[in-house]
Amino acid sequence: MEALTKTPNAGRSFQEPRYKLVAENIVATYNGVEAVKNVSMKFRERAVTALIGPSGCGKTTFLRCLNRMHELSKGAKVTGRVLLDGQDLYSSREDAIIHRRKIGMVFQKPNPFPTMSIYDNVAAGLKLNGVKDRKVLDQIVQGCLEMVYLWDEVKHDLKKPGMSLSGGQQQRLCIARALAIQPEVLLMDEPASALDPIATQKIEEMITELKKEYAIIIVTHNMQQAVRISDFTGFMYLGSLVEFGDTKQIFENPKNETTAKYVQGQFG
Amino acid sequence: MITVEQRAEFRKHFRDNISSRLITDKIVKGVVLGCVVLAIVPLASILFEVTKNGAPVLSIDFLTQIPGAVGSSDVGGIGPAIQGTLLLIGMSSLIGIPVGVLSGIFLSEYGNNRLGQTIRFFNDVLAEFPTIVIGLFAFMVIVVTFGYFSIMAGTFALSIIMLPIITRTTEESLKLVPVTYREAGYALGINRMTIIFRILLSSAKSGLITGVMLSVARIGGETAPLIFTILGSSDFFAGFAQPMDALPLRIWRLSFLPYDSSIAQGWGAALVLILIVLSLNIGIRYLFLRRRGGGRFRIVAGG
Amino acid sequence: MESVKLKGGSASLDKVFKIGVTIAAMYVLVVVVLIAVQLGSGSYQIWAKEGISFLTGSDWNAVHGRESFGAAPYIAGTFVTAGLAMLIGLPVSIGIAMFLSELAPKFLRTALSFVVELLAAVPSVIYGLWGLFILRDYLRNWIEAPISSTLGNNVWFLSGTPFGLDVFTASIVLAIMIIPTIASISREIMIAVPNSQREAAYMLGATKWEVFKMAVIPYSKSGLVGASILGLGRAVGETMAVTMLIGNATGPSAFPSSLFSPGQTMSSIIANEFAEASQGTLHMAALIGIGLILFVIALSINVVAQLLVSKVVKAHEGAIIA
Repeated sequence: MEALTKTPNAGRSFQEPRYKLVAENIVATYNGVEAVKNVSMKFRERAVTALIGPSGCGKTTFLRCLNRMHELSKGAKVTGRVLLDGQDLYSSREDAIIHRRKIGMVFQKPNPFPTMSIYDNVAAGLKLNGVKDRKVLDQIVQGCLEMVYLWDEVKHDLKKPGMSLSGGQQQRLCIARALAIQPEVLLMDEPASALDPIATQKIEEMITELKKEYAIIIVTHNMQQAVRISDFTGFMYLGSLVEFGDTKQIFENPKNETTAKYVQGQFG
Repeated sequence: MITVEQRAEFRKHFRDNISSRLITDKIVKGVVLGCVVLAIVPLASILFEVTKNGAPVLSIDFLTQIPGAVGSSDVGGIGPAIQGTLLLIGMSSLIGIPVGVLSGIFLSEYGNNRLGQTIRFFNDVLAEFPTIVIGLFAFMVIVVTFGYFSIMAGTFALSIIMLPIITRTTEESLKLVPVTYREAGYALGINRMTIIFRILLSSAKSGLITGVMLSVARIGGETAPLIFTILGSSDFFAGFAQPMDALPLRIWRLSFLPYDSSIAQGWGAALVLILIVLSLNIGIRYLFLRRRGGGRFRIVAGG
Repeated sequence: MESVKLKGGSASLDKVFKIGVTIAAMYVLVVVVLIAVQLGSGSYQIWAKEGISFLTGSDWNAVHGRESFGAAPYIAGTFVTAGLAMLIGLPVSIGIAMFLSELAPKFLRTALSFVVELLAAVPSVIYGLWGLFILRDYLRNWIEAPISSTLGNNVWFLSGTPFGLDVFTASIVLAIMIIPTIASISREIMIAVPNSQREAAYMLGATKWEVFKMAVIPYSKSGLVGASILGLGRAVGETMAVTMLIGNATGPSAFPSSLFSPGQTMSSIIANEFAEASQGTLHMAALIGIGLILFVIALSINVVAQLLVSKVVKAHEGAIIA
């Protein structure tokens, strides 16, 4: 009996891979101007999906719709649905708060809380969620800092302010802060664009490692980076999704002419 | 690496506190809205009461006549007070505006050094200074020296009060003028003074007018320094060496008289004063909205 | 040849111009220094006679031959009214600033900023008039009388028969008067908090209030302290409304022992008694001496506040340029 009721789901997931996050018909506007024009995309678990495209193509705006961050900007509106494990993030106002903690986000520029220590920065989200047990806090903070390869560098300075770190370290601290609330999806908005090559390399290594456990969606301006770290790539242009597919296919054998021009570096 | 299993384990320590947090959020929003209402109520009440009690008194006679004898049936008007306020504003502007504009020019053009910083700092300090102290100062410097209360002493005090406001707005508006304007002038070999005044008269004009109106609105409502300087009078202007009346001073004195007619006159004078001050402020607002970067001007309150 | 001449001429003109504007700018410094000097020399007499007891004493007797002056009750009155005004005005102001910078939709923001500006523009004497003839009765009948009849016998600072012209009424009006100062500067400072800070908190699943607590307040703390101190400075120096509402007690009874008893502040006693004091008397020297104390207090408050506010605003301007 139980097996029977489960069959349809199991059957479907057998035919097509399980999608962690599904965006349907996303339209995002700024003061009435459409920045994202009816974009739908599906994101797989344990995979890195890169969003590429020239500046102003709407990739960052689209990313910010995935955790309802876009609507916080002045004059911004969103329509469409975003399903996380089948649940719509846009069904009610409270959902934004409930779901944001399942979707971590890393911004273009590192933005640690300047008045908090390294430890408190990582623990900030945990405290919101009512985690008070010191042992658990310590365990999670250490775990997250280890995941971003920061633990060894800062384990003796946990009480120091987050701002005392270098730019690359700050960005990794911000990733640790996002990981601490135990999200399932990680959104990254050009996380390495403000960093030097060595720090960038560290972030990329880390993303490859994190991929084993998370669904990662990364906006990047850097096509080599997309090739290096992503499994799937979506190319956006003028607010629309032009092409979506395996990273390999997008870069080596694009079906669309505009995509081809972009990945060959003819514009952007 | 934190695995999916560990994640589930960690999440068990998360408390399901969303609903209580959302309630707190709603309560805070309610309280904040309450704060806004708390600020609107007094303003609305003041405007309402001043209009309600002041409007019936208004008449041509009220605005032009001298006050009647205290307590008599002929209550007279506030003519000298209106004249005094206008004279004080005009005369203070004659000192305050040139000095303020020049020192604003100094701060924006030559003020990138220690002296500039010091002056800017004390300018800001003076802008927030208790005006009663400035009144006492004017009393010591002018009244005591010359031996009589006079409109000159009042002018001296009010010009000091308006000075920092003009200085600050002049500096800010000059700084908003694109550097290219200046460079174009230098390239043409025009001297600095000409360039600055041309810019002031064209590009920074609205900023300058804003500063002037702000400071006029401020000194128009200023009362405390007048007690020590112009003293008050029941007659029209009789010379620069004579005491003089002014609207705020008249309101203050009327409010202490035990006659209903005096108090009604006080409300009438308050209505006239508030109309002058608020129309200046609304005018500024209008200028404000048309220009970029106007938000940097700090509020200047009536003392 | 001619152009060279011209250039030389304009260069010296520029020099004269620079000297001119420098002198104009120095005027502010001269004024601040002269204020200190004048108040010092004008009150010399009273310091010579009373010494330190002018600060600590509470007698106030202007009768010729029996003069005795102490400013303590008025210093206390100033701090009590200003403190009470801060107690009420500060949270309200921060609330308004929070509403304006974090919550209000655009059209409300513009309208409410205007309301706050108008509140700042109303002359002090009109606040006094309104307090004297409108607010006073409400406060006495609806707040002071019920509180004093229920708690008056047990709580010392609520004792006395409320008359409406007292420390409480003056403090309430002062609170209303400092709201625009604190609210508008706090709003500017909160707006200066970069959005990336707010986004970091939102990303963690914070509610609006939590975002405010986590990202906005810590970032703008020193600026908010500065704004509050500026408000305190305004409350300390405010004269007319307080003079009209505080009841104007003198001597030992002017000590603000109860919220519902008449009091006196430094600025109000100067305004009240100035007309009665003749030039050259100890009485006048005492009033100017109180002016000097007020000057020193206001100067310290403002210097601290300006240092805190300008630091924040400068950092903000730097961020915009960068």
